[in-house]
Amino acid sequence: MASITLKINNKSVTVDADPKMPLLWAIRDLAGLTGTKYGCGIAQCGACTVHLEGTPVRSCSLPVGSVAGKNITTIEGLSDNNSHPVQQAWIEEQVPQCGYCQSGQIMAAAALLKRNANPSDKDIDAAMQGLICRCGTYPRIRKAIKTAARIMNTKASAK
Amino acid sequence: MEKTDRNISRRNFIRLGSLSGAALTLGLYMPAFGKENEAEILTSVRAGERGIDLNAWVSIDTSGKVTIMNHRSEMGQGAYQVVPQMVAEELEVDLNQVNIVFAPGNGRVYGSQITGGSSTVRGAYRQLMQVGASAREMLIAAAMKKEGWSRGDCYAENGFVIHRPSGKKYNYGQLVEEASRMSPPSNIQLKSPRDYKIIRQPLKRQDIPQKVNGTATFGIDKRLPGLLFAVVERNPRFLGKVKSFDDSQTKKVPGVKHVLKVQMDVFAMKREGVAVVANSFWAANEGRKLLKVEWDDSGFEHLSTEQLYSRMKEDLSKPGYSQRTGGNAEAALQKADKKLEFIYETPYESHSCMEPLNCTAWVHDDKCEIWGPIQGPDWIQDDISARLGLKPENVTVNMTFLGGGFGRKAFTDYTHEAAVISKEIKAPVQVIWTREDDMTQGPFRPGNMYQCKAGLSNNGRITSFQFKMAAQNMGHQEPGADKTMYNDSTVEGFLEGYFEALPHYSFSDVPTESPVPVMWWRSVYASTNGFAYESFMDELAHEAGKDPLDFRRSHLRNERYHALISKLEEVSGWKSRGKNEGWGVAITECFKSTVGEVVKVSRKADGKLKVDKVIAVMDCGWYVNPDIIRQQVEGSIVMALGAATKHETHFLDGKALERNFDVYKMPRIADIPEIEVHIMENDEKPGGVGEPGLPPLSPALCNAIFDISGKRIRKLPFNLEEV
Repeated sequence: MASITLKINNKSVTVDADPKMPLLWAIRDLAGLTGTKYGCGIAQCGACTVHLEGTPVRSCSLPVGSVAGKNITTIEGLSDNNSHPVQQAWIEEQVPQCGYCQSGQIMAAAALLKRNANPSDKDIDAAMQGLICRCGTYPRIRKAIKTAARIMNTKASAK
Repeated sequence: MEKTDRNISRRNFIRLGSLSGAALTLGLYMPAFGKENEAEILTSVRAGERGIDLNAWVSIDTSGKVTIMNHRSEMGQGAYQVVPQMVAEELEVDLNQVNIVFAPGNGRVYGSQITGGSSTVRGAYRQLMQVGASAREMLIAAAMKKEGWSRGDCYAENGFVIHRPSGKKYNYGQLVEEASRMSPPSNIQLKSPRDYKIIRQPLKRQDIPQKVNGTATFGIDKRLPGLLFAVVERNPRFLGKVKSFDDSQTKKVPGVKHVLKVQMDVFAMKREGVAVVANSFWAANEGRKLLKVEWDDSGFEHLSTEQLYSRMKEDLSKPGYSQRTGGNAEAALQKADKKLEFIYETPYESHSCMEPLNCTAWVHDDKCEIWGPIQGPDWIQDDISARLGLKPENVTVNMTFLGGGFGRKAFTDYTHEAAVISKEIKAPVQVIWTREDDMTQGPFRPGNMYQCKAGLSNNGRITSFQFKMAAQNMGHQEPGADKTMYNDSTVEGFLEGYFEALPHYSFSDVPTESPVPVMWWRSVYASTNGFAYESFMDELAHEAGKDPLDFRRSHLRNERYHALISKLEEVSGWKSRGKNEGWGVAITECFKSTVGEVVKVSRKADGKLKVDKVIAVMDCGWYVNPDIIRQQVEGSIVMALGAATKHETHFLDGKALERNFDVYKMPRIADIPEIEVHIMENDEKPGGVGEPGLPPLSPALCNAIFDISGKRIRKLPFNLEEV
């Protein structure tokens, strides 16, 4: 066991954990943020996707000891009031059904749009291929990413 | 008013949160268990006088705040939206202003809560709308009494009663005190569909804002003070026993608190395992890895997939148990101008909900509290009270959102196991199934083998139709089941209308014996029957030299089916398709809804097949929210595409082989074709929405592949890349 200080959503959280514990369980069980989900534990489904220094990572397969002090963003840190363009687009296109995988889908989509303001279908496939949705919301995810891009670009041009 | 207050504090209404003082609260009282059709609408005041535990479907407090109960599970299919949407229509309130709460599990109070068989809307829609309409009429009556207005001059809109001549209006909150003392009116007239303002609108789902920011609470997110976490090493051969275990290393893992043997019932059989309880999931799972368990598998067959299917094949040669027959199918077949006979095969499947099974239980002081992703809260209440010897009213089943259900979470094994562990360790516990546990322990969708035989006349009519299924019968797993009973789902998926036109038919099954536990999987037997029926129908159409849709139409008399076929032709451009361009169609019926799907496939530059488009037409009769229907049909198509082309659970040495998504492959975003969903407009009785879109996909896809390649696929799953 070790005392590890994490920087989650711009807040410092010190946890007492085995450094081998995956970040996912530190986020859920020690930091108490349950929006990030467990789906497979082997980086195959993407339900646990969070941002590490802005890059999407599978928190189920990342030892908590390796991310001390780095900037971690979870779904709870995306916005205060569902105002992130990806969240707005997800509501607009009515993407979620059961909703369980959507934290991961949204974090992956937000990371994609941050580095590519106008993703093509191929870009979307590449960025989202690692995430599983058992409810089959994929057509709406594709549509919502394009809607989110429009919202972001409209905001950018208004500035 | 004193009585009302007491009633509110004593009964379920405390769950409604902000309620205090006077409120107009209405519910449905079901004198006979589960008989929603005989329900009586009561106010909390009248229910209190009669000592009835009312279900409080609608409650309006003095501030005008409206709370509507959803008594069904929300597992993605939209019950959380459509139940309140129906009530709000008649109540005349804005759905965005309504507070929606989950009902706890109690079938005696809420009627059937099992969220299966696509039954939420078609189950109790009239009764729910009558509750909303009763509340509205009482509020109008209260305003009339205050002002001496006449009924004809008043109307309700958007949470107000309005007097048309003067324009004067009352907020519902100002009227609840008066209204709560009245009796609900008898003979409520429900609105005509042409007057609907909310029903049939694609209103945005009320659960979605919580599902885009991580605040929606799923079963696995439930937290309690002092909550411990458990994982269970269960016998990998499903039903074997624990002979002994060594937990000496496990107990050295920091955080591990308890190690204990557990047993739960799986239908008439037992499943045993060893539970490791710790202060975090991670510690429990680390401890589990160090457990040494010796299993006793005596009396359990170590079957393989090959053995299971050769057993089904052998079963097909035996006489079946008949579910439905007409005329003399065998004699007619012998006399037919042409005869066709084929075997179709479908795989065992895991449900693999994205939220793995889990359950939080706390047994204390002769009470049990449960939280979890649960499809049948009323069943869980009954099951746990019987198994733990507790009074039903001392078992509280609290609902959370479900991260998928698909039938698996209607089963009572995982909740029972959690309750047993909590009782043993005397603490609240959350049992989490790892993905591997969830995928390998079942119950699974049963594998099936189908023998289809038919006779055709020279003019292209089916003169005999015979359908025999060899598969595990889910019902035969129950304790004390009559194993000579036919499978009552052999016709599930087949268009009811065909029975009018087929002169001679026979539908039967031979129950295949197997120790593999099996369970409902989205659209149940229709999910596999449909593949056999509609692939065979295509083969018959080709043999008869007819257009596949014309062939079906000529065997249906009912106008409603003709309308669906015409719509499908129109929206898919069916008649203008080119020869062998890769078009396929299938139509199935289940849970009182009929869905037709047209699939278009093509060859990519590298010669491999690709699904370009799926066009679906759903006829579910009277419906509530068209966008939720589109969501459900889209999702059904994707799920069916996975079961047809991606995944299958294999067995070897009595164990399930596929343990996680690295080998149990799922459809992913790049695999998904364009999907277009159309809804038939009519006012027929409502049918199911969550499941009926699934069965037609696999036959339509295989029929399209036959069209482009001449290759007939009769066994699922298949690899699209290799056709």
